[in-house]
Amino acid sequence: MSSLTALTLAEARAGLERKEFSARELTEAFLAAMAKARPLNLFITETPERALQMAQACDERRRRGAPLPLDGIPIAVKDLFCTKGILTTAASRILEGFTPSYESTVTEKLWQSGAVLLGKTNCDEFAMGSSTTTSHFGPTLSAWRRAGDNRPLVAGGSSGGSAAAIAAHAALGAIGTDTGGSIRQPASFCGVVGIKPSYGRCSRWGVVAFASSLDHPGPLAKTVRDAAILLSAMAGHDPKDSTSAPLPVADFEAALTGEIKGLKIGIPAEYRVPDMPAEIDALWQSGIAWLSEAGAEAVEISLPMTRYALPAYYIIAPAEASSNLARYDGVRFGLRVEGGSVDEMYELTRAAGFGAEVRRRVLIGTYVLSAGYYEAYYLKAQRVRALVARDFAKAFEKVDLILTPTAPSPAFAVGEKSDDPIAMYLNDVFTVTADLAGLPAISVPAGLSAEGLPLGLQLIGRAFAEETVFRAAEVLEAAAGFHHAPAFLASGEP
Amino acid sequence: MALDKTALRRVALLARIRVEEGELEALAGELSQILAWVEELNEVETEGVAPMASPAVSRLPLREDKVTDGDCREAMLLNAPKTTRGFFVVPKVVE
Repeated sequence: MSSLTALTLAEARAGLERKEFSARELTEAFLAAMAKARPLNLFITETPERALQMAQACDERRRRGAPLPLDGIPIAVKDLFCTKGILTTAASRILEGFTPSYESTVTEKLWQSGAVLLGKTNCDEFAMGSSTTTSHFGPTLSAWRRAGDNRPLVAGGSSGGSAAAIAAHAALGAIGTDTGGSIRQPASFCGVVGIKPSYGRCSRWGVVAFASSLDHPGPLAKTVRDAAILLSAMAGHDPKDSTSAPLPVADFEAALTGEIKGLKIGIPAEYRVPDMPAEIDALWQSGIAWLSEAGAEAVEISLPMTRYALPAYYIIAPAEASSNLARYDGVRFGLRVEGGSVDEMYELTRAAGFGAEVRRRVLIGTYVLSAGYYEAYYLKAQRVRALVARDFAKAFEKVDLILTPTAPSPAFAVGEKSDDPIAMYLNDVFTVTADLAGLPAISVPAGLSAEGLPLGLQLIGRAFAEETVFRAAEVLEAAAGFHHAPAFLASGEP
Repeated sequence: MALDKTALRRVALLARIRVEEGELEALAGELSQILAWVEELNEVETEGVAPMASPAVSRLPLREDKVTDGDCREAMLLNAPKTTRGFFVVPKVVE
């Protein structure tokens, strides 16, 4: 059965269609892999009974000759998506015990397409982090290890459980959210594919809010094709999210023609940051060569506001978070710590319920929105955001896509960088720009570091040009030929 | 701009997060470091640039003003830590 978990989503779909195995058999194989991967702490909640029920319904539909597009495909869902009747925590103590009475639009669309829920994956608390170490439920460990070094590594974050689950073959596909890089950076760290679509492509309804103008749901998968299949099922206009784009959704898989002749690929000089490791620069150069050999044309471009994107983000995201997280007050849901007055109850509940990083961001956000500082910090950051978006708009007059590294380093050890918030924030230096501008961006595993860890390359496209992003990403993926397996799969030990 | 203990007490009160007296100094230091880092933005000339609040493509859509939801008190109260007779319960706010 273990070979079933090694299949790609597209291969599994073909196997189900040819009746080589049933949805139940496929789901059982993944449930066994999840049990074996428990030492990696991938899931906050496993849902085996739900998974088997859903798989059985898939098999019945197939027997009736009326299968759905994703019928029988077992996926993992970041614990930021509300799932009706299933614990949803955002990896925070303040949501301990929260069982939504409604289903997020994105997950509802996946179930309507026949996907099977394996469980809810671990992440940074309220998606605030780049390592899945700020979770109230403990860190997720990567399936990867450095060569000759047995120290556990982070999976990246915040969608670390989702990315690591795919790398450990404990899910066929997964969904996550990306606010500053939270799909693409863990995808890069774990050697999997992750795409953050355009802002408004996937509904945010029913997703626990972190920073509403920056939160992007999206898929993670083993291959570019798998990610395209998942995004087609997740995307689409939703009247329940006022920022959802009223635009038609293409069949993204059909965009994978392998043909990129004549595409212009922008190479932004400003992404060559001073202390970037030589191996990441070298991989970037390989990426340029691969796309050029396939007929694309590399064009030097300038995105001058790049270095200001991250500080702007660290004003805007905490400001929006401080507002969104005001709802956790001990009255309507989640944790409550009793106090003598209503204010004391709020203060004690929030002090006990929020972890250190969430507290830090809520306080920064409250400060930059407070009277006297709003103009100097918040509006200033929003003006810089407009300039970041303007940089991209100018670049996309000349080029079709932009190629960059996904992250400035491979995965680091659990505990590294945890005592310096700014060092942790710098993980998102290459990814945060596309969040601020709302552009589609994908990370594709492209090579290994000297220590034997995955490194990703990122392609950024014009707003709502996901088809072009997928098309070039598949060419990049084929040229890179990344077929390395993590230590966990070789040894079976975390 | 450095955030001192007095300013942090005020921010913590606004955010309704209790910060113990012993934690104030270290936390004020951490937050000041972050605020010093974001000061880099002052290097950017933004005169005449309109603030960007969102990348959303459509303007806020309007719909007909009619009730589309409701009558779901049980679902609303389902996760409340404390309820009585169909209401949320909070500590006494009036004497």
